[in-house]
Amino acid sequence: MLSATEAAPEVLARANPYQPHMAKIVRIQRLVENHELFTIRFLEDEMVRTFRHLPGQFVMLSIPGVGEAPISISSSSTRPEVLELCVRKTGRVTNALFRLRPNELVGVRGPYGNGFPVREIAGHDLLIAAGGLGMAPLRSLLWYALDNREKFGELILMYGSRTPADMLFGEELVSLVDRADLKCLLTVDSDPTGVWNNRIGVLPKLFDYVKLEPARTYAAVCGPPVVYRYVLERLLDLGFSKDRILMSLERRMKCGVGKCGHCSVGYKYTCMQGPIFNYWDAINLPEMI
Amino acid sequence: MKILKLPKDKLDYFASVVQSFGEVHAPVEQDGKFAFKRLARWSEARLDYDRTILPPKKYFLPPRETLFQFKPGAGYIPFAGDMEKKIVLFGVHACDVYALNILDMVFGGKYPDPYYLERRKNIAIIGVECVPDAQCFCRSMRADFVDHGFDLFFHDIGGYYLTMVGTALGDDMVLATRPLFEDVGAGDIDEYKRRSGEKRKKFQIEVEIRDLPEIFEMEYASAIWNELGEKCLSCGSCSAVCPTCYCFDVADDVQLGTRAGGRTRTWDSCLFATHALVAGGENFRKSRSSRVKFRFYHKQRGFVAEYGRPSCVGCGRCISACPVKIDVIKVLDTLREMQHVVSH
Repeated sequence: MLSATEAAPEVLARANPYQPHMAKIVRIQRLVENHELFTIRFLEDEMVRTFRHLPGQFVMLSIPGVGEAPISISSSSTRPEVLELCVRKTGRVTNALFRLRPNELVGVRGPYGNGFPVREIAGHDLLIAAGGLGMAPLRSLLWYALDNREKFGELILMYGSRTPADMLFGEELVSLVDRADLKCLLTVDSDPTGVWNNRIGVLPKLFDYVKLEPARTYAAVCGPPVVYRYVLERLLDLGFSKDRILMSLERRMKCGVGKCGHCSVGYKYTCMQGPIFNYWDAINLPEMI
Repeated sequence: MKILKLPKDKLDYFASVVQSFGEVHAPVEQDGKFAFKRLARWSEARLDYDRTILPPKKYFLPPRETLFQFKPGAGYIPFAGDMEKKIVLFGVHACDVYALNILDMVFGGKYPDPYYLERRKNIAIIGVECVPDAQCFCRSMRADFVDHGFDLFFHDIGGYYLTMVGTALGDDMVLATRPLFEDVGAGDIDEYKRRSGEKRKKFQIEVEIRDLPEIFEMEYASAIWNELGEKCLSCGSCSAVCPTCYCFDVADDVQLGTRAGGRTRTWDSCLFATHALVAGGENFRKSRSSRVKFRFYHKQRGFVAEYGRPSCVGCGRCISACPVKIDVIKVLDTLREMQHVVSH
């Protein structure tokens, strides 16, 4: 019988899906209130070299002594070496994360989940529609598409927030407005600053500025419930097929690898068959949205 | 499959030899009920038991288990605990072996769980046939027989145990006691078939599972879920005693006064209020009725979609464990039989 101090069997070291890999926080940027962008880099060179993810996938982030939580990856694997995690300060793990400073360590394992079906989307137009904090899980898709621009047809970003100050990645997105290969439509509900030089109005109004071809377009949507309500309505009116409207779900997760049972919705695991679901799944799986 | 027979009066001797393959655990009587336990002596073993309080899953997915130890600067170090201990589980019923085969699918797959799978490798299983009682519906759940998942399986054919040899390890056990085992004759096979037919007639419960997933879809909004939600105490007893419930929680515990500690996983239940609670306070299954419904739905509908069969083996444990007498048979019967009277 093994005592507690003896080395773990080789199998636990070799193939352990629960093994967090330590990573260093290299940069922390405040985005909006309670939202920070953590740039992290694995300590092991092997992990830096081999970790690749699809847009829409997530990692399990550990803070020793506090616990583990699923966090979606906001950067794109087309820009490897580091991972960027846009984190909302909301639970035990994220509150602890916000107390950490650059050079401190966190544990990371993954990537998990299906991610956006980029191979399926390739060759089609892509509409990314985000409201408020919904930009966080869609940013990886945006940069993946921009960095693989030749693989996609028309690329359209519609992003709306309450005010310019509430815009996630605001500066970065504003800098994309002049790109010729992206239709970047940004809007705010109101502009208390008086210096906002993009559009003012609610997100669904942006549909007036763009001609979409539903037959050859995928739409990735994320935002608060009101965004889903109005954006989905517009997309369906335009004739989008329900399985070409994609959305990212959030659920409680303890393992990320289809075992612990927590993220189950209806008969699917958010961590395995999700977190990216299409609208057809969403209306067919109970408790989905 | 290699099949032999063991004279019943040689069982004690066989058991004494099997000890050399690992610590022998078997059902032992405990205040009128039965529990799998380490045997102090073979005579404690009660192979005539009905069902154990907890299923054998406690050996493979312990109620509480440390996965990692952590300390500052060292990250998370895998923790093996006693997962390499050799154990022989003696006297496992077919439904419970079947349940382990179901857990194998969950803990295998794309991301194999080495903690579970190592234990599965190190714990030998000797199955024994049983006699169905008033709560057994393993036959309806197609789990009254198993063709794999055990090392040896004993079928009672009167003076002998007809012995199915399932693995190389099982064969080693037989070879270690080879003179005890005899070859099977045509009469033994006939006797097995006769008894198998007799056993079939003893089932008092029959549940038709074929279109249950469809009925679950149709009755998703049924009032029955609210009624069950009113009764259910969210105690999670049904999950604890269920041989196929595998939900677990994971938490980091810090040793007092240090920054070192362990990451442990513990049994969880979808009946607990926090099961679908996410950071920020959103709870996707806030009401008790939605949680009761989820448990039934996942077992009889969700698992079928994912793994091709219900994650219920008909062992009947949840029926006796429920403090408010929610009875899976009655729930399934009601769902199938209730008629909707349409008023005009």
